[in-house]
This record gives sequence, C-alpha cells and structure tokens, in this order.
Amino acid sequence: MTRILLVGASSAIAAACARRWAADGAQLMLVGRDADKLEAIARDLTVRGAASVSTFVLDALDTPRHAEMLAAAVHTLGTIDIALIAHGTLPNQQACQLDVSQTLRELASNATSVIALLTLLATHLEGQQHGSLAVITSVAGDRGRPSNYVYGSAKAAVSTFCEGLRPRLFKAGVSLTDIRPGFVNTPMTAGLPLPAMLVAEPDTVATRIVHGIARKRDVLYVPAFWAIILLIVRLLPRPLFKRLSC
Amino acid sequence: MPTLLSWGRHPQTPQTPTPCHWPDDLSRGLADLQRQGRTTLAYGAGLSYGDSGLAASDHVLHTIGLDRFIAADWQTGRVTAQAGVTFEQMLSVSIPRGWYLPVSPGTKYVTLGGAIANDVHGKNHHRHGTLGRHIVRLGLRRSDRAPLVCSATDETALFRATIGGLGLTGLIEWAEVKLMPIRSSRIRSVTQRFDTLDEFFALSATLDLQHEFCVSWIDCGAAGRSLGRGVYMAGDFADEGPLEVAHPRRLTMPVTPPVSLVNRATVRAFNALYWRHATRTPTVRTGSYAPFFYPLDSVLQWNRIYGPAGFQQYQCVIPEASARDGIAALLREIAASGLGSPLAVLKRCSDLASPGLLSFPMAGTTLALDFPHSDRLTHDLFPRLDAVVRNAGGRLYPAKDAHMSARDFQDSYPAWTAVEALRDPQLLSRFWQRVTR
Repeated sequence: MTRILLVGASSAIAAACARRWAADGAQLMLVGRDADKLEAIARDLTVRGAASVSTFVLDALDTPRHAEMLAAAVHTLGTIDIALIAHGTLPNQQACQLDVSQTLRELASNATSVIALLTLLATHLEGQQHGSLAVITSVAGDRGRPSNYVYGSAKAAVSTFCEGLRPRLFKAGVSLTDIRPGFVNTPMTAGLPLPAMLVAEPDTVATRIVHGIARKRDVLYVPAFWAIILLIVRLLPRPLFKRLSC
Repeated sequence: MPTLLSWGRHPQTPQTPTPCHWPDDLSRGLADLQRQGRTTLAYGAGLSYGDSGLAASDHVLHTIGLDRFIAADWQTGRVTAQAGVTFEQMLSVSIPRGWYLPVSPGTKYVTLGGAIANDVHGKNHHRHGTLGRHIVRLGLRRSDRAPLVCSATDETALFRATIGGLGLTGLIEWAEVKLMPIRSSRIRSVTQRFDTLDEFFALSATLDLQHEFCVSWIDCGAAGRSLGRGVYMAGDFADEGPLEVAHPRRLTMPVTPPVSLVNRATVRAFNALYWRHATRTPTVRTGSYAPFFYPLDSVLQWNRIYGPAGFQQYQCVIPEASARDGIAALLREIAASGLGSPLAVLKRCSDLASPGLLSFPMAGTTLALDFPHSDRLTHDLFPRLDAVVRNAGGRLYPAKDAHMSARDFQDSYPAWTAVEALRDPQLLSRFWQRVTR
C-alpha cells in the first residue's frame, strides 16, 4: 500500500492523480485551503478504492504551520512514499505589472511557499532514506514570456531549486520529479483563449504524472510533446525573441 | 471558450458553457445568469440528440466537472454520486466489486444526471424498466429554494417530475442509485437473424422471457418480402468468470467530413453485409460486456460521420396492440424514402411503470434510427412517420428529438402540465420552449 501526501489536493491535476492512486488502494492525506472541497474529494477517493483518506486544512502561504502539517502526515501515514506539491495560482499578468503587492503575492503562492514545503519535505524524506518527492511547475518556467512572466519566473524558481536539490536527495535514495504541464483544461485555465489542439485533459495528464513519479523521472513534460515545443522556444535567439509578443 | 452542440449537431445553436466543478458553482451559475436576465439548463456529456439538452438562452451550466462519488455501500449495492459522474466511471468502480448498473443505455458516456433527466432505458427494459425505478434519492438545486432532497417519500411530486423531467425541475446535484449484482463481467450472448417482421415478433415473444438483455438490429433499407429483416441479439451476465473493467482500444473520428459518409449506397452495402454475416441458427458466444452493451463507444465522436449538417434520430414507441402494423408501416415509409442509416434498433418494452411523469417507454415496441439531416427529412419523411405513430397511439422520445410538434408532444405526454407547474423558472430548454407553445 502506497502512502501519499498531496498538497494542493483540490487542484484538478492533483485530484486526477489521486483518483489513480486511490484505485490502486493507496492511503492518502489531502492538504488544502477549503475544508469542504477536501471532504468531497476524500469521499470520492474512498469510493474509488483508497485504503484510507485523511484531510488537513492549510493555506500554503501560512509557512509557520507547514511543520504542523508534516507532523500530522507522519502521524497518519507513518512513512511517506510519495509527496506531491500541486498548489498554485494563475496570476493576471496585466494586473501584476501595475501592482507590486499582487506580484509578490503571486510569487509567494507559486514560488516561496512551494520552496518552503520542498525544503521541509526534502529533509524529511532524506531522513527516511526513501520516497518520491514531486512538484508541479510549468512549461512557462522554461522561458519568460511577456504574456505571463510573473507566473513563469515563479515556476522557474521552483525548477531551479529542484535542479540543485535533486542530487542531494539522490544520494539518500529519494527521487525528485519536476512536473511541467502545458495547457490543461482545469478551473485554473477556464476562460483563457487557449488553442484547443494543445489543451490536455487532467485525466490524460494524471496518467503520465503517476507513471513518471513511479519511474522516478527527473523532469516530466506533460503531455510529452511540450518537451519539443519548449526546446524550440528556448533555442530562439534573444534578438528575435524580444520582438515576439507571446 | 469553445461552444457546445447536441450529439446530433442539429439544430446548430452553439451553447456558451459556464463550467461547474463544485455544487456551489450550480447555485452561483443560476444566480449569475438570473442577474443577466437569462434562463439556463444543465449540460452534462452532451449526448442528447436534439434540442432537449440545449438552453433556450444558449447559455448552459456545464456540469461534467461535478464528477465525484459521495458514498457507496458494497454490501447492498447502493452508490451516491454527483450528477456529472458518467456511467463509465460508475462501472469502473462497481464492476470489480460485483455490481452493475441496473439500467444502461447504448453508451456508457452518459452522466448520471442526464440519465435521470431522460429516464433512460436499456436492453433489459422488459425486466428492470427505466433507470428512474432504481433511483433512491436525488439532490436538487433550484433558483427559488434552498438545496433539497427528493425521493419516493420526500418531495414526491418533485421527485416524479424530475425523473424524465428533461432537467427542467432543478439542477440535479447528486443521486443515489441501486445497482444490480453480477457474478462476472462477461456476457453470454445469442445472435440470430430473422427474415421478416413477423419473425422478429415471434422471436421476441419467446426469447425475451429467457434473457435479461434483448435488442434487435434492423435493415431499414429492406423492402417488399425482406421488409423488417434483421438480427436478434440476446444476452445474460455469465455465472462464472472474471469481474473485469473493459479497456477496449478506442478510435476517434478525427475530423468532420465535408459531406455525410452515410448515404443510400453505403447504407445498402453495410446493411446487406451485416445481415448476411449473422446466421439463421443461433450463434452463442461469451465476451466482455463492453462490445455487447456499447458497440458504438469504440469510435469516439462517431457523430461526425454525418458531416457538417449533422443527423437526427427518430425514436418512437408503438403500443402493444398496434405494434406489428405500426412498425411495418414505419419501415415501409423509411424504405420507400431511401433515407436512413445502418443504426436502426428495434426492441420490445414492458409495462413496468416508471415513477417519472414524462417517462418515454410504454408496453409495446420501440424503433430507433438515425438519419443524416436534410430538409427532405424534416418536411417529408418525418411528418409521414409522425402520422403513423400518432394513429397507432405511440409517442416520440424527447431525448432524441429535434422536430416533434407541440400538439403531438402534449397529446402523448399529458403529464407535461404537471412538470411545467414544477419547472424552475430559471430553467428552460429549446425543446421545452418549442413543444409547450
């Protein structure tokens, strides 16, 4: 039985992953801001076959309470086999450009709170000498773009943090998977004018994530074709790139 | 945001969706549209064929995201789930535990909410009746009341109006359904072809009694001596075997061709081959439940084969006493028109009553077939078929309909006034607007 800690459990991608783990009889602890949503997801996962599901209400921005959350997870799950950090927001780039405090808030929810959790969980899993740590970043972190560079830079910070953390954890037998989704059809992206051809369903994305974590992959583009798109985006020469408005 | 159409892609009135993922999104969506002076309608999997799933305002609440289970008791086979849970999801959870849906239509992609709103029936109508008979309770969200629970004992009038109520009596938030036990997920089926309509009725009269699931495919192009020829299929869950969720390979119809691929020539060729492929003596085989119940689910978005104009399904039920002559008259009209498609289905329904006020089936025989949409269909063939159905005392299925007249609807569903009285004033479909004029 796999014991799984999910932070940001009510995000569409995390919930879709949780369904897969539940169907395999996993034991889960769900962490999120909204108690009612966590309860609804917990009931769903129980019917789908989870061995047991517990919940912990936490705002990820409340860094001082992170340790309390981890203690609860250890108390409930014992050993943590998989920890997935999936919380995040999609900032309004235009608004951020005109409002520093909003920019800093978005950086807190997408970067510093994630890094705080990674720090805590990495040390715990290192001590266990066992486990898979995974975090949802974004293809947007691969290169800053005018349309969403606040979001992109927050995700890039987490990805770079992971690059440095991974070798440390590797020595303790702990994997760290940096999951970089492209466009996914979730409440977070609802209302955005995304190209339909490129939008994946949470269910499809979850299949690849669950598989990738099990195989202890380092970096996972989901769906896989984004690896090629981002390779091209990264290779675009800067004199050309700055003339684009994407 | 992409807009939505109905399954038949006719009428082509694109719907603007408001995505709903949580129960409170339903109340919020209702209130937001009310403030804009708009009515609305729940849109689930979008598998209603005509305009019964389209909002009169063309603004729908897209409820496929309400896809969570709420509770399950695997001792008694009772499952409670949100309205957007599909039958596919339901089966993936229930089959390994030895339970199956008591009633299932020809596709497993329907949502629980949609299935209740249309009070769907399946190949076992002669044994289990419609889905509405197996719904224990359901939760409704209305614009004019706090969230409420309806059952055979509480809010009875609303419960009966909601089953088969075409989504008009409130947004169905969740429902509790009684499943049926199975010992294996495999189906032992018997297939046998018949040469005439009389042979169909004879086969059905004897074999329906022996089998849980029965349905017939019919060659809608055959005329004269071959009129009513087809293939009878019956099946039962096997007593022994694995309890396995099927994961068949699925193809997707990738594009909409510029013209319908279903035409006189392709239909004639397909039907002749299909009929000849079946043998006169019963062929027995045992296989997975999926190809037996849901053959069309193996090609996703198969509705695209009808081209940009879309298609219409004609489904009627003819009461027992006039069934033989009524069905024969319908088949003669269809064969003479040269329209029609390979997807034609004939099935006997029983007199098992549904609690639903607007439930479609009645004791008799139901015929369902698809037609590529054309003006000739609406102005020539359908009026002829409607006259046959009317004279035989039958009726049409709202879930499939894009054409029936207000008069036919009101004559054949006299309880519509009771549903109209209980309708949520914020909910209105294009269908309802059309047939209650």
